Amino acid sequence: MDGMLALAADNLLSPIILFFALGLLAAFARSDLSIPEAIAKGMSIYLLFAIGFKGGAAVAANGIDATLILSLVAGVVLSFAIPMVAFALLRVMTGLSVTDAAAVAGHYGSISIVTFVAASSVVTASGLDSEGYMVAVAAVMEAPAILSALWLIARFDKGASDMEAGLMREILLNGSIVLLVGSFLIGWITGTEGLDLIAPFIVTPFQGVLCLFLLDMGLVAGRGLREAKGVLKPGLFLFGVIMPVVGSCFGLAVGLLLGLSTGGVVLFMVLSASASYIAVPAAMRVALPEANPSIYLTLSLGVTFPFNLTLGIPLYVAVATALTGG
Amino acid sequence: MQTHQAKRVEITIESVMESRLTKALVDAGVTGFTILPVLGGSGRSGQWSREGQVSRAGGMVAVVCIIRPERLDGLLDAAFGVVERHIGVVCVTDCEVLRAERF
Repeated sequence: MDGMLALAADNLLSPIILFFALGLLAAFARSDLSIPEAIAKGMSIYLLFAIGFKGGAAVAANGIDATLILSLVAGVVLSFAIPMVAFALLRVMTGLSVTDAAAVAGHYGSISIVTFVAASSVVTASGLDSEGYMVAVAAVMEAPAILSALWLIARFDKGASDMEAGLMREILLNGSIVLLVGSFLIGWITGTEGLDLIAPFIVTPFQGVLCLFLLDMGLVAGRGLREAKGVLKPGLFLFGVIMPVVGSCFGLAVGLLLGLSTGGVVLFMVLSASASYIAVPAAMRVALPEANPSIYLTLSLGVTFPFNLTLGIPLYVAVATALTGG
Repeated sequence: MQTHQAKRVEITIESVMESRLTKALVDAGVTGFTILPVLGGSGRSGQWSREGQVSRAGGMVAVVCIIRPERLDGLLDAAFGVVERHIGVVCVTDCEVLRAERF
């Protein structure tokens, strides 16, 4: 227990969390601090490129095995299954309509790549090993949850429409996935030598860029919370905190069953615990325009993302370390 | 200077629907339009600002078309098919243009 508290304290006092908190506070205080849109986009491209490339290089260094394929399959299954659990919890805990509940559930089956990047950083800082291919697991977990959300609508709401032609192509080929998977493959092909060549660009500045990016995420999350405070009823807020813990249990079970390293288990927990706020909201606006965006964006970005970043990640690290003996 | 009657159609719609709308307009024979970014606003779905968006999901764009009056119904039918279920505003105003052959 002492170890868990120490880890939580270390995490809370790390630069990335403190910059996120600064962004939140600045937004709550209505400061005019803002990161220009183009710079925020540039930073997200940098982070995806760096994390993908490093993951690919790690796979090249350690080789591939059957666990990689099983992890990818498990990621897809979890992304399909978690929205079902989230939907059931939402219907019990909140008064959301079927459409809103399905839309929110879809977000929780998908992943937050920024939470994954932050967790990777914590795992590395904690001296834990993790499988480089977890980046690929993150990529395959983006989209299946959207299909689950649409299936939930079709199953429980007779007036719902089918998925529009072309939407799945847009989801699978969205810029984040293309860059993440592409960088992963290039890192895999070029291996450690390739990594050595660009390490001054993607290794050393990584933490600084992540701090600045999380400052922006804090500003965005704070503004979202401020503008949508009327939406956030107690039941919904509770769901936003409980669901990541429930999701992380699925990730924990899968990670342990697959025999992943301690860091790998942590990252599987984080992927299962996090909620999308980039790919899925865009898909939901196209496929389910009747669902209220302020509910799912406030929950995923304003509640679950800060929870995972501040308390969730140290919790997952502590649990995974205790259960794997890591 | 000789001017000609025309209709100016301004459609403010979610960013994620932009390509669908412009495709529907092109399919309906509308050859010219202009797309403008929207900085923010307020409506039935609440207040929003481009600054606070983490993805395209929350942003809006304005698509402006200037067409001959007789082509208005075709354009509105095409636009309605896309915007019907979505947040947005469709606004038609009279305007005058130079060089009618371009519209």
